[in-house]
Amino acid sequence: MSQFATIRDIRDAVQSGARSAVDVCTDALARIEAHDGTLNAFNTVTRDQALAQAAAVDAHPHRASLPLAGVPVALKDNLCTLGVRTTASSKILEHFVPPYDATTVAKLVAAGAVAVGKTNCDEFAMGSSNENSAFGPARNPWATNRIPGGSSGGSAVAVAAGMTPLSLGSDTGGSIRQPAALCGLVGLKPTYGRVSRYGLLAFASSLDQIGPFTRTVEDAALALQVLAGHDPADATSAPEPVPDYAAALTGHAKGLRIGVPRALVSDGVDAAVSKAFNEALDAYREAGATLVDIELPYASAAIPVYYLVATAEASSNLARYDGVRYGFRAPAEGGPGTQDDLRAMYGRSRELGFGHEVKRRIMLGTYVLSAGYYDAYYLKAQRVRTLIRRDYEHAFEQVDVVAMPTSPTPAFKIGERTSDPLQMYLADIFTVSANLAGLPAISLPCGFTADSLPIGLQLTGRMFDETTLLSAAHAYERQTAWWKAQPPL
Amino acid sequence: MPATFSRSQIEAIAALAHLRLDEAEIELYARQLGEILEYANQVQNIDTTGVPPTASIGARHDADRADVVHTSLDRASALANAPDANVDAGLFKVPRVIG
Repeated sequence: MSQFATIRDIRDAVQSGARSAVDVCTDALARIEAHDGTLNAFNTVTRDQALAQAAAVDAHPHRASLPLAGVPVALKDNLCTLGVRTTASSKILEHFVPPYDATTVAKLVAAGAVAVGKTNCDEFAMGSSNENSAFGPARNPWATNRIPGGSSGGSAVAVAAGMTPLSLGSDTGGSIRQPAALCGLVGLKPTYGRVSRYGLLAFASSLDQIGPFTRTVEDAALALQVLAGHDPADATSAPEPVPDYAAALTGHAKGLRIGVPRALVSDGVDAAVSKAFNEALDAYREAGATLVDIELPYASAAIPVYYLVATAEASSNLARYDGVRYGFRAPAEGGPGTQDDLRAMYGRSRELGFGHEVKRRIMLGTYVLSAGYYDAYYLKAQRVRTLIRRDYEHAFEQVDVVAMPTSPTPAFKIGERTSDPLQMYLADIFTVSANLAGLPAISLPCGFTADSLPIGLQLTGRMFDETTLLSAAHAYERQTAWWKAQPPL
Repeated sequence: MPATFSRSQIEAIAALAHLRLDEAEIELYARQLGEILEYANQVQNIDTTGVPPTASIGARHDADRADVVHTSLDRASALANAPDANVDAGLFKVPRVIG
């Protein structure tokens, strides 16, 4: 079985006893060992725990019915893991060891998955390139001088490099879908409320969602099946019934209505991305889908709305990092034997503990929530957010899914955009509106540039209708072989 | 709305956020926050008359649970990550607040 085996292949082999979970896990750890020095996908590798979990799967009395039997999984380092440090790639949490597992982590392990470690990401999931990490950038396996995307960069790299067939990321404005696109993977952001966020370090609570990176759409369906469902520990998780996702994958696009917001996708998109996107639409048409031109008139305002709402929520959520209950506390400024006053201790701990992008967003969020500016920025952004939601509601009266490129450009070079945060933010144009509207969205491979850099197609679906979304994605994937490509490691 | 921020404005925002900044950061954020907000100002041109704000998607108001005592984090675990704590007394420690 190759390093690029799917979840389905591994699960079937472990369930039937053709392979042991320990054998699969040993291979995954060897692959990480071989390539992580270059790629920097992992902040922490949990070798001993992984082998113990794998042995437990092999000894499990119901191994044959574990839905993810022996499947190695990499976890974004903003998901709490009992007894395993969870840093959010921040110095302020460098030594934080959670006393509990995130619900998603517990569910995966209960389903037979084997957690091999915690992946690199932008600090507190703030970024689109994985360059805002206290542990250095992760590198794209397709071109190691380029970014893998972000913020869940390490999770994308782990799957793209054949280290694991599954990883978890979090997506607040595209942080699963954009790195999936840039690394040639399937990345799914489920509906807001579909998956429990208990144990996810909060960035922007009205936008954050956890989801999987996989190589195939079917694998995404298998992972979502385990992750989805109501959790009493997360009051925002939804009591909606969870359908059988894999059963909905018919491979057919006949009768599918695909909305294309032509005006939105006509500007500022790289030529190779545009070409691959249009070819994907052609493939859908040939497979019997109907393309419908739609208008999303307010989607062009999604970036400013997103950066006003997300930073406001972040400034509030990150107030908890104060050097008291957990995390880094700055030593007293006067040296040993002296003591800062309380406010100075807060200010210095946060100054030394947070990186530049996190501080920038805390500053912006604090400003837009402050007296005199709240109405003009935060409240105004929330009103425009309503208009963006309505755009999609109108679109879904005519269509089943909306198609866009995932990212306007392929992976850029490390360091190319770090000096201009606004330019970096603009790259999120096609992904942020799904978060603002709470909708499920998926990125899947749809081609390569002339330099062999992956390109992603994004589909967005109705609230809680991951079934149609996955089915539409699967129909395209079945006609193409992009997902089979492997990076030149 | 300011296109650039003054030093004192940046310091006032940082104070609200309990964030100390060094000289270079004050200059950097004065410029960058101005640029980002200038861009974000395009939302001001959108007519939102009569449009209600969206604070959250699908917010549920029926997420109550029964008021039943259940096991919670034990004290030692809760204190284990504290940079300074008196575990025996069960206290987080902070610098002296009252003279």
